[in-house]
Amino acid sequence: MKMITAGIDMGSRSVKVVLLEELDMEGKPQLFVKKAHMMLPGDLDADQAAERAYDDALKAAGVSRDQVKSVFATGAGRSQVAFATEGVTEMTAGARGAVYMYPQARTVVDVGAEEGRGIKTDSAGKAIDFAGNEKCAAGAGSFAEAMSRALQLSLKEFGEASLKSDKSIPMNAQCTVFAESEVVSLIHSSTPKEDIAKAVLDAVASRVCAMVRRVGIEGNVVLIGGMGHNPGFVQSLKNAMEVDEVLLPELPEFASALGCALIAAERLH
Amino acid sequence: MNAGMDEAKLATAAPEKKEFWRWQENTWYDETKNWKDAKIITCGIDVGSVSSQAVLVCDGELYGYNSMRTGNNSPDSAKNALQGIMDKIGMKLEDINYVVGTGYGRVNVPFAHKAITEIACHARGANYMGGNKVRTILDMGGQDCKAIHCDEKGKVTNFLMNDKCAAGTGRGMEVVSDLMQIPIAELGPRSFDVEKEPEAVSSVCVVFAKSEALGLLKAGYTKNMVIAAYCQAMAERVVSLLERIGVEEGFFITGGIAKNPGVVKRIEKLLGIKAVDTKIDSQIAGALGAALFGYTLMQKQAVKA
Repeated sequence: MKMITAGIDMGSRSVKVVLLEELDMEGKPQLFVKKAHMMLPGDLDADQAAERAYDDALKAAGVSRDQVKSVFATGAGRSQVAFATEGVTEMTAGARGAVYMYPQARTVVDVGAEEGRGIKTDSAGKAIDFAGNEKCAAGAGSFAEAMSRALQLSLKEFGEASLKSDKSIPMNAQCTVFAESEVVSLIHSSTPKEDIAKAVLDAVASRVCAMVRRVGIEGNVVLIGGMGHNPGFVQSLKNAMEVDEVLLPELPEFASALGCALIAAERLH
Repeated sequence: MNAGMDEAKLATAAPEKKEFWRWQENTWYDETKNWKDAKIITCGIDVGSVSSQAVLVCDGELYGYNSMRTGNNSPDSAKNALQGIMDKIGMKLEDINYVVGTGYGRVNVPFAHKAITEIACHARGANYMGGNKVRTILDMGGQDCKAIHCDEKGKVTNFLMNDKCAAGTGRGMEVVSDLMQIPIAELGPRSFDVEKEPEAVSSVCVVFAKSEALGLLKAGYTKNMVIAAYCQAMAERVVSLLERIGVEEGFFITGGIAKNPGVVKRIEKLLGIKAVDTKIDSQIAGALGAALFGYTLMQKQAVKA
């Protein structure tokens, strides 16, 4: 009998659902369905968003609710997932998911919409130490998102534009609100969009890097969270951390939901 | 035809995006006077991050103003702000003797003779609006928050501002107003409509504001409680800024937030001091100060000549 568990990552901007199927012969969990559900802007019903995302995932997997043995939730809004059996912190879930995908990883960089953090992990994917942004959104995805809006570029174009620049323009503002004005001034002074995009991503990377340095950069580095989709950011992060390689899952935003589902499966044993 | 009913129908049938977070644009001028009688007419233009104000001063007295949104082009915003009041009273740019620009867009006022920092202008404007007993000024605008200390002439002796972070500025209130779909002018009164004063929100980052407000609503807070928690957080934030320069009697608040009693009353409570009352729209303080500086400069020139 195959055992199914679910991990739900309730972020500030989107809900991620991972369903996990355990094969009974080796006992090694295997990932089989990932489904994300973006929350609508101003979505006041986080729990309904979670329900919808979960139902979508179950439907895609052809699994009924009763077949799922355990549902764990993580993320800033984990307490709002009414149907979850238990909640785990983002650090625990992120480290677990990252090390499952990359067993050699020891430093996990997690950059989502409003949160950025560095996690030090052991070989079992257990978080040992972490440092994150608590008071300010400067080292997180919202910052990049606000700037791409100011530049009138999609997030994809934004990341690609950044890769075309080899200039280093310092951003003076670290506050998202102020940086928007700074970007507008740069646009008015006819600075190429590529250079502005790089300046913005360099700024986010340098903030994130400062957090990661607080726990220490050790062994292989893996990047998880939605910002992993931005190739310009990945490059800026490499430069800021002075590492040759950053391991990057294909769907980095699902890493924490995966970790969550893994922990749910382990607890059942 | 029942006009009232039609209006009600229109209101419900028009779901177009409303800008809850903006203060209403407004124009005012002193109808008891005629600017044509004035010897010296000066103008102050404050191009802020959210709104722009044009103030006309006749012989050193406030005559009229226009407050409107700042567009994405500072020179145009400056022009439009001034045009709005000039059109109402039949004035032309040539009728104005001297123009001073202030605010973050002050260097982009094409027809200004001079640019003066908003800190100096707010102090000067506060001195006019609140009288010469004003010593401590709090200016809370769209993206900045300044604590200013001045002397009896409205001259700045010390100031502090938020230069790194927009927490505790009007922007945070705009985000809350937009999220709740409650007009910004109603936030203050609603913040007092709570059974028990809630704890201030913990994070003041403007970007985090939305998530935290959503979390509070989910945790069973009413909209009014969330608003109260934000007003309290902002008050605490600016009070710590004020205390760093020292608060003296003669406390005056300028900028858009002065129109939000939810924040003002909480600041007063924390400081144990009441803000000086004024009948004049606090948002025009910077532009008014700029126009008054223009008047002083004109007088000096007249003396020289």
